[in-house]
Amino acid sequence: MTGLLRTSIEEQFSDIWLEGELSNLRAPGSGHVYCTLKDKTSQIRAVLFRSSAVRLRFSLQEGLHVLVRGRLTVYEPRGEYQIVLDRVEPKGIGALQLAFEQLKERLATEGLFDQERKQAIPVFPRTVGVVTSLTGAAIRDILAVLRRRWPTLHILIAPVQVQGESAGRQIAEALTALNELDSVDVIIVGRGGGSLEDLWSFNEEIVVRAIAASHIPVVSAVGHEVDVTLADFVADFRAPTPSAAAETVVPVLAEIVERVRELQVRVGQVMLQHCATERQRLEASIRGVTDIRFRLQEASQRTDDMVDRLREMVQQLLTSGRERVHEVQRDLSGLNPILAIKQGLVTIPQFSKRLEGYMGVLLAQHRHRTHAMLAQLNTLSPLAVLGRGYSILHTVPSGQILRRAHDVEVGQELEARLASGRLSCLVTRVFDDSSV
Amino acid sequence: MAAVKFEQAMARLEVIVGELEKNDLPLDESLKIFEEGIRLSKNCLKILEEAEHKVEVLVQDKNGKKRIHAYTPDGEADELSS
Repeated sequence: MTGLLRTSIEEQFSDIWLEGELSNLRAPGSGHVYCTLKDKTSQIRAVLFRSSAVRLRFSLQEGLHVLVRGRLTVYEPRGEYQIVLDRVEPKGIGALQLAFEQLKERLATEGLFDQERKQAIPVFPRTVGVVTSLTGAAIRDILAVLRRRWPTLHILIAPVQVQGESAGRQIAEALTALNELDSVDVIIVGRGGGSLEDLWSFNEEIVVRAIAASHIPVVSAVGHEVDVTLADFVADFRAPTPSAAAETVVPVLAEIVERVRELQVRVGQVMLQHCATERQRLEASIRGVTDIRFRLQEASQRTDDMVDRLREMVQQLLTSGRERVHEVQRDLSGLNPILAIKQGLVTIPQFSKRLEGYMGVLLAQHRHRTHAMLAQLNTLSPLAVLGRGYSILHTVPSGQILRRAHDVEVGQELEARLASGRLSCLVTRVFDDSSV
Repeated sequence: MAAVKFEQAMARLEVIVGELEKNDLPLDESLKIFEEGIRLSKNCLKILEEAEHKVEVLVQDKNGKKRIHAYTPDGEADELSS
């Protein structure tokens, strides 16, 4: 019965279109893809065999709204009917667009488009590699611009197909080949404008990965400004067009030569100016030195003068000093004690002789006067009076000479001195003058 | 490699001109970098004149062997499009 049904179904539904959402996606090792296609009210099992699955540009995702074409069949072991798909198109968005978005997201997640991965485009490349078709407009534009800007540039073209089945692989291989040469400074990869389908090779993973792997900086130039491919995302620099890419990779040779010449001239001018300044400074220094020499000569002359004058002054001083010394010597010689002594030696004996004579006279005179005075004294002596009969009465033992009678008392012992010898007397009575 | 050397030489040359124009180096230093500047500028001009001036095509034959030959716009296009 299942066999009958199968034949019947296969005959009736050999080419049908269905629209629905993908669910229960399964992709086992066989490469076939199994899923369920469903809408709001119904569902059907579907299978996409490997041969059809590899032709898909985008990947099937759960929930994806698709338009499919295929044939109905019955899977006899389970007795289930299913649709064998040969075409799957995303609904509402082109298959290519979807594939683009899917791959872009995947590669972005891998970090292939990260800004940190970008290499600097060399300012002065010697050799520029170009990966493009030899038949397109792109190569003509690129060559024209490169030659105009830098006529002596070395250009190495790696010709590839830029659309069609094998284009992606060719582009990737060309990039690898240029990297192996190790003489290329920068690579332009691209093509002229076209449909999304035409530009598709530049969205292929193999191309994106080859650009990412290039150790030579890559400038992408695909289609027109509005066309954006994955090659543009991964390239180190995205040029809007092939011509723009050529302008990006080389400066204008004439301008560079001009710049070098200008720098050369400036180096020379500045140095010359520098030298001139230094020379002026040196000349000024030399003038200064000469000045100093003059001043030195002048100073030395002045010094000579002064030395002369000093010498004269010293001479004068010496002369006057010597004169003064003579004078002093002369003065001193008048005061010489030796002369005085010598003179003294002569005059002193004379003096002494004169003194001796004088002294003799004086002595004689004095002797004479002394004798006279002694004679006179003799006449005045109380002892002489005693000789004339007087006696001196004085107290014993004080020896006081008595002049008045009532100076003594009765019974007092007195002594009387006579011209010759003494008498001891005793007072018996005292008489007053009036009582006589 | 040469491209990098040229780039460095140009950059150095610019620096030297700047240094000299600042005019604050002693004379012997100035002379030293002046000589370097002249040498660099001559080298730069030489490199610019020495460039190879050729357009070549890198092709792979059927055995996968790579060859480089001169580019002739029409001839090559014909040969490769066939």
